[in-house]
Amino acid sequence: MKFLYAAYAATWIIHITYLWTIARRYTRLRDKMTELKKKA
Amino acid sequence: MKQAFPILAILTGALLSYGLYEALVAAPTDQMQGDVYRIIYYHVPSAWTAFVFFAINFVASIVYLIRRNLKSDAVAVAAAEVGVVFCTVVLVTGPLWARPVWGIWWTWDMRLTSTLVLWLIYVSYLLLRRFTSGAQTPVLAAALAVFGALDIPLVYFSIWFFRTQHPQPVVGGGGSIDPRMLHVWLLNWAAFLCFGLLVFWSRYRLEVLQQEVNETEALEALLEPRESR
Repeated sequence: MKFLYAAYAATWIIHITYLWTIARRYTRLRDKMTELKKKA
Repeated sequence: MKQAFPILAILTGALLSYGLYEALVAAPTDQMQGDVYRIIYYHVPSAWTAFVFFAINFVASIVYLIRRNLKSDAVAVAAAEVGVVFCTVVLVTGPLWARPVWGIWWTWDMRLTSTLVLWLIYVSYLLLRRFTSGAQTPVLAAALAVFGALDIPLVYFSIWFFRTQHPQPVVGGGGSIDPRMLHVWLLNWAAFLCFGLLVFWSRYRLEVLQQEVNETEALEALLEPRESR
């Protein structure tokens, strides 16, 4: 059973980590865009 | 899509929860492997979802090479990244299933090796996009994606054409599977496909925003010398 739970847990750790990186990159880019618009 | 996003998110959440329940509780236990076989409900749907996104990347790359359209380039990048994530899940859950069933974590047979090569091709594609700049980068990446996609049928058909450690297909290849297992399998594939589409849409929006930032920065760089005069 430990392999089964490890596989399911690993799947969600990979997906959640990826979603977190998307959210982080989106926030950074949005801030950069706001800064660029302010400059303009 | 903005209005459809919350509906798809709710549907995905419901499908994933129901799929998890069916996979861990409702699906019958395999007589040969016991409960560990239930990894199939995450391993195979993830592989099929990865194939779908690599195929989207292939089509978008061809469209980009023909039309040089920025939106198709954004679709290609987003699809490749989501495909790599699902392929990573396949490469992690596979050894976790192989260890208790085969007694080994990994073997260099055709199915496993071609899947690893597929993953490496698309990781190379993403690295090319990430660490090179210039007008030719999307063109080179699109060309790499078109050739890289040739590995998709090789991965899929490898268990038909070669003798491998990996099991023969139980769906669509003359094999048989309990209808209740097939139901849970397809349910989880639908759930992962919906989840993949949600992630893909988020990643696509990120890429479009990146393109806007690049355009604005380029425009600023053009205007700056005039302002300083």
